[in-house]
Amino acid sequence: MITVGIDLGTQSVKAVILKDGAVISRGQAFSGFDPAKAAEQAVGEALKKVKLSINDVDHVTATGSGMDMAPYSNSTISMMGADAKAGVYLFPKARTIIDVGAEEARAVKCDEKGFMVDFVVNERCAAGAGAFIEAMARALEVKLEDMGPLSLKAERASPINATCVIFGESDVVTLIHRQESKPEIARAVFDAMADRVSSMVHRLGINPDVVLVGGVAKDDGFVASLKRKLGVDVLIPEYPEFAGALGAALIAVSRVKETQK
Amino acid sequence: MKETPKKDDVEYWRWQEYRRVLSDKKWNNKDIITAGVDVGSVGSKAVIMLDDEVYSWGIMRTGSNSPESAKKALSWAMEGTGLRLNDLKYIVGTGYGRVNVPMANKAITEIACHAKGANYIWGPSVRTVLDVGGQDIKAIHCDETGRVTSFLMNDKCAAGTGRGMEVFADLLKIPIEEIGEFSLKVDEEPPPVSCTCVAFAKTEAMGFLRKGWSKEKVLAAYTHAMAIRMGNLVKRVGLEREFVITGGQSKNIGIVTRIEKALGVKCLPMPNWRESGLDPMVAGAIGAALFAKALYEKAQKS
Amino acid sequence: MITHYGYSNGSGEYYIVIDAEKCIGCTKCVVQCPQSALELVTLLIDLEDKTVAAVTEQHRRAIKYTCSPCKPESGKAPCVLACAEKAIWCVWNPR
Repeated sequence: MITVGIDLGTQSVKAVILKDGAVISRGQAFSGFDPAKAAEQAVGEALKKVKLSINDVDHVTATGSGMDMAPYSNSTISMMGADAKAGVYLFPKARTIIDVGAEEARAVKCDEKGFMVDFVVNERCAAGAGAFIEAMARALEVKLEDMGPLSLKAERASPINATCVIFGESDVVTLIHRQESKPEIARAVFDAMADRVSSMVHRLGINPDVVLVGGVAKDDGFVASLKRKLGVDVLIPEYPEFAGALGAALIAVSRVKETQK
Repeated sequence: MKETPKKDDVEYWRWQEYRRVLSDKKWNNKDIITAGVDVGSVGSKAVIMLDDEVYSWGIMRTGSNSPESAKKALSWAMEGTGLRLNDLKYIVGTGYGRVNVPMANKAITEIACHAKGANYIWGPSVRTVLDVGGQDIKAIHCDETGRVTSFLMNDKCAAGTGRGMEVFADLLKIPIEEIGEFSLKVDEEPPPVSCTCVAFAKTEAMGFLRKGWSKEKVLAAYTHAMAIRMGNLVKRVGLEREFVITGGQSKNIGIVTRIEKALGVKCLPMPNWRESGLDPMVAGAIGAALFAKALYEKAQKS
Repeated sequence: MITHYGYSNGSGEYYIVIDAEKCIGCTKCVVQCPQSALELVTLLIDLEDKTVAAVTEQHRRAIKYTCSPCKPESGKAPCVLACAEKAIWCVWNPR
């Protein structure tokens, strides 16, 4: 059985291919102005790696903010549902999944089967998601991937306005002119993000094991701040940004099994 | 009326520095002479009052040192009047830097002072004040004496603030002082942008531009959304006539007309402050000076 | 004087509201808050200094995150339940 999961995010589209429920390939493309086209590219790339074509696929499930624009899709699943499924697949003891994306952040509580039990979302405010880190990186004139290591050099967080991307950018520009320490500003950015994310998790109640997925999970600076704020350890899979697509592909498996009954 | 401008007379929301003395008045020591000093993050204003009436005032840029800015603003308001610091019976400090007005007898919140000042400038019919600054929005409901009954301040989110507007002015490459007029140059009002968040609205706007929308239409859609937002903030404290808008955005005709439309209420016009000498920029300092008189009289009674 | 501490943005409106006229400064809400988000401040009410509760400066701009764990929309936030004067309440409207 070949299933495909597509996660149409606001920044990039991710695709995962499963054979009999095990990952065999991944693909990715920038969403740009045409997420549907990016989805075709991502899926095409993943299929090519394992020499398959779309006709070999039994079921495609889409997720992400652009899920309704997905080509080829047979079904859709909410982002929360996908996160829960992927979390438990990757770490069987996972009961709290945190997903920090480019424009939205979520915390999902799930059961041992990977079914979503409760969730909290941070949306419609750029300060609540990856967009905040990106904007601050630009203001600091630092590459996004360098933000993490930079912040880890700091012992304390500089007092910046970290509640709004726009105010934060102005603040950072002023602080840079005043020669304030860049590592301390970077740390303040991650601490603020971690505070917001941790508050979401507290609303659900921290149920270990806690798993962190989404593009931002690759950032060591954010992970360090989050572990500090949550006070518990956080598990991170090898390809955190593909968790949504993985979850969708796993849902596709259950959908196939349902139709087979 | 004697006016001493410090810079060119230019009416943008980057206000100009100046001082003014209403020279048809003359002070003497029988008057209750009080002062209000409002240290804002951008501008410092000081007002001298003779028995409840504005006598002189000055507005200048706040420097890096708040106490210094407070002192300078007050000196400047007194310049040429013959007044000295110990002629002032009572001084109230207010504003963002109110804790740093060293010569003040008391510090009072800017909300209370702003409402009192608005009551002085526009009269006892004012009940709702919307103050849109560079980095915050305040919505105030007050009674006929200018006493605050309900208020909120939004400084977490840039949407609707002057800073948020600047982002769009920069994006569309329109000078900030023209965006009001520009946003009204549409045949039909477009729907508001769906994102309140300035960062996301910017992306949405770029999408519209790619679809072929004119700059005017994009600006109209954004201004429309911001006006709705500000209207909702006013409703939160309770909209009641008469309604006034103060702060930098009060000069943005695109915002003002749309807020009036969103609320179904016309705001009172800006007073002709060049004639009457009542610049809404000094509302806070006026309110502070009025409180100063009231507190002085109270102290005299006990 | 009714003060709304908090904000509204694209995600909704969130305020902890305190009525300085009803508040007697008893500190029950301050003590009950699990986030230490409340404190006593001095405000000028009718030319008199009055000690009343307020949200701390640090928490005002993060109120959604601070208060979310107490589920203010339930009407059973600890600060609200603690107040005998009905001087504190929550406006909690996520979009």
